[in-house]
Amino acid sequence: MSKGNLPRWVDLGLIPVLNLMMAFAVAGLMVMLIGENPIKALLVMIDGAFVYPGSLGYTLYYATNFIFSGLAVAVAFHAKLFNIGGEGQAMIGGLGAALVCLGLDAYLPGIAIIPIAIVAAAAFGAAWAFLPGFLQATRGSHVVITTIMFNFIAAGVIVTLLTGPLLREGQSTPQTRDFADSATLPKIHEIARALGFDMASSPLNISIILALIACVGVWVLIWRTPFGYRLRTFGESEPAARYSGVGVTSIIIITMCISGALAGLMSINDVLGAQEKLQINFTSGFGFTGIAVALMGRSHPVGIILASLLFGALYQGGAELSFEFRSIDRDMVLVIQGLIILFSGALAYMLEAPLSRVFGRRASLQGEAA
Amino acid sequence: MADFWLDAMQIMASTLRLSTPLILCAMAGLFSERAGVVDIGLEGKLLMGAFAAAAAATLTGSPWAGLAAAIGAGVILSLIHAFACVTHRGDQIVSGIAINILASGLTIVMGIALFSQGGQSPPLQRDERFPPLDLPFTETLQNVPFLGDFLGTMLSGHNILVYAALLAVPLTGFVLFSTAFGLRLRAAGEAPEAVDSAGYSVAWLRYRAVIIAGVLCGIAGAYLSIAHGGGFVREMSAGKGYIALAALIFGKWQPVPTLFACLLFGALESSASRLSNVDMPLVGEIPVDVILIAPYVLTVVLLAGFFGKAIPPRALSIPYVKER
Repeated sequence: MSKGNLPRWVDLGLIPVLNLMMAFAVAGLMVMLIGENPIKALLVMIDGAFVYPGSLGYTLYYATNFIFSGLAVAVAFHAKLFNIGGEGQAMIGGLGAALVCLGLDAYLPGIAIIPIAIVAAAAFGAAWAFLPGFLQATRGSHVVITTIMFNFIAAGVIVTLLTGPLLREGQSTPQTRDFADSATLPKIHEIARALGFDMASSPLNISIILALIACVGVWVLIWRTPFGYRLRTFGESEPAARYSGVGVTSIIIITMCISGALAGLMSINDVLGAQEKLQINFTSGFGFTGIAVALMGRSHPVGIILASLLFGALYQGGAELSFEFRSIDRDMVLVIQGLIILFSGALAYMLEAPLSRVFGRRASLQGEAA
Repeated sequence: MADFWLDAMQIMASTLRLSTPLILCAMAGLFSERAGVVDIGLEGKLLMGAFAAAAAATLTGSPWAGLAAAIGAGVILSLIHAFACVTHRGDQIVSGIAINILASGLTIVMGIALFSQGGQSPPLQRDERFPPLDLPFTETLQNVPFLGDFLGTMLSGHNILVYAALLAVPLTGFVLFSTAFGLRLRAAGEAPEAVDSAGYSVAWLRYRAVIIAGVLCGIAGAYLSIAHGGGFVREMSAGKGYIALAALIFGKWQPVPTLFACLLFGALESSASRLSNVDMPLVGEIPVDVILIAPYVLTVVLLAGFFGKAIPPRALSIPYVKER
């Protein structure tokens, strides 16, 4: 990302913060144009995201989704692959988890079903990313285009199944029956209450722990394994990777499968944790939000956790907007998200030249001194 | 036989109506991508155009003002795209995604601010929309067998933007392949260094290509909300921008094959409703959703190289850095 003439803290700290501030400034301007007070809107969002009882749980619940979808995008990014298919991979992952629960919840105890369902979510997500990866690796079909197409195909598959074979009997809403209680993930407030603490209800469940484990796993995979080394080599330079004997085909396919598995895991937060059934559109665009999260978090697990918290707060705080204002509601969050992707992704280099003028010389002097 | 002919003409007419936004968006993508700029943002520009058209038509009472507003909205989003990817050499795909998400949020936010109807525009009156046009001679030829139905049912009675879309195809072909501007534009997407050494600005060529794309997407958006439809509904582009992108790849970045891909995808969409609950021989009832995902499946199959190879412009998605 950096051309190397900026100090590390500017590149990793200052630039993302400035990009974020520009996105918020433009969003604030739009709120003003609509005729509302942006400061008041921000306060309502902060209140709705952290202060209001139960709001923190919701914020963390959303953040769990974004950690998974952000990691999915980031892993592929390190190999210079752009997986826009998180949405479809999460849908199909949710299908995998749901099939396990629907098929087994009458026969097996929860302690057996839940791990199988989690593995199924990852496996189905990976399978949905396999073909785009395979086609990119062997046929050169661009993974961006194929993953977009696979998002729509996944949506078609889920609609067909949920209005047909998986439709709950006697219902017209496209959703499956509820899973048995034993086959669902415990919610954090239930655990807290069982331990004697009082806690407001929220859909936050133990998949957040799995998300944090996934962060550690991705860090180890990318920076501490031979595979991760090959993956990053490929991402830095495909010719260099080829000359050094890296199996490029398998790197692309395996990277896409890992990315798809992480996206697939996103589904357990909703399907096993919150709704306890498979519904249509349960991914609600969170797969796309992963792109913003990965860009903001500079594809590093720590950055992704921070960016996920920010987006979790935006989504939960944004939900409060419609209660307080007549003319702005949670769709404002989509605007902010679009602006964040624009400023910290597409316009990532915009600040580099002016900042190099401010910080670049000092850095080179330090370089000479060293 | 005559009934069958009339049926066929009705299906063709509905195919044409459903293909119109695809054709305009695909031609938009053709300009942009031939100049070397990926246009994932077709969907967002289409949606924004649809909103701007409905909003302006409602506020002014004129469909022409709606069309102008839609073109303006498409061009503004295009300029953001060009500023990010041409001026600042940002990632074209990231920029396109930003535009799509931005459009999806902004149309609703502005819709609520303007009309307080949950993001929709109020239903448009008759004179706020583009009316169907009857072609000359249709009445005189009404009773001529076959030709009468062909003219009356298939060709006539569409609104002006349908004809504009059909006209956009030869126009695109002419501009790209028979003018000096088109030659340079295509060169900017194939060999930008050659354009540069010939003394033309790659950036300015790409800007112009992206602006033309914005104009065409705007017209497509106006078609959705004030010609085909009677107002703006949230997310009314419903993936059409992505289907247009698929059609563009399917047509291998060539105007006429792209037109046929759009017509094919439009035909699939128009047959989806007709084929629902119909028992087909051999296969039984085909779920509507399966027909609707066919364009996406076909595109993946094409990209896999099973219908021949779709080779994109060589410099597509690569920002141009002038040699120093």
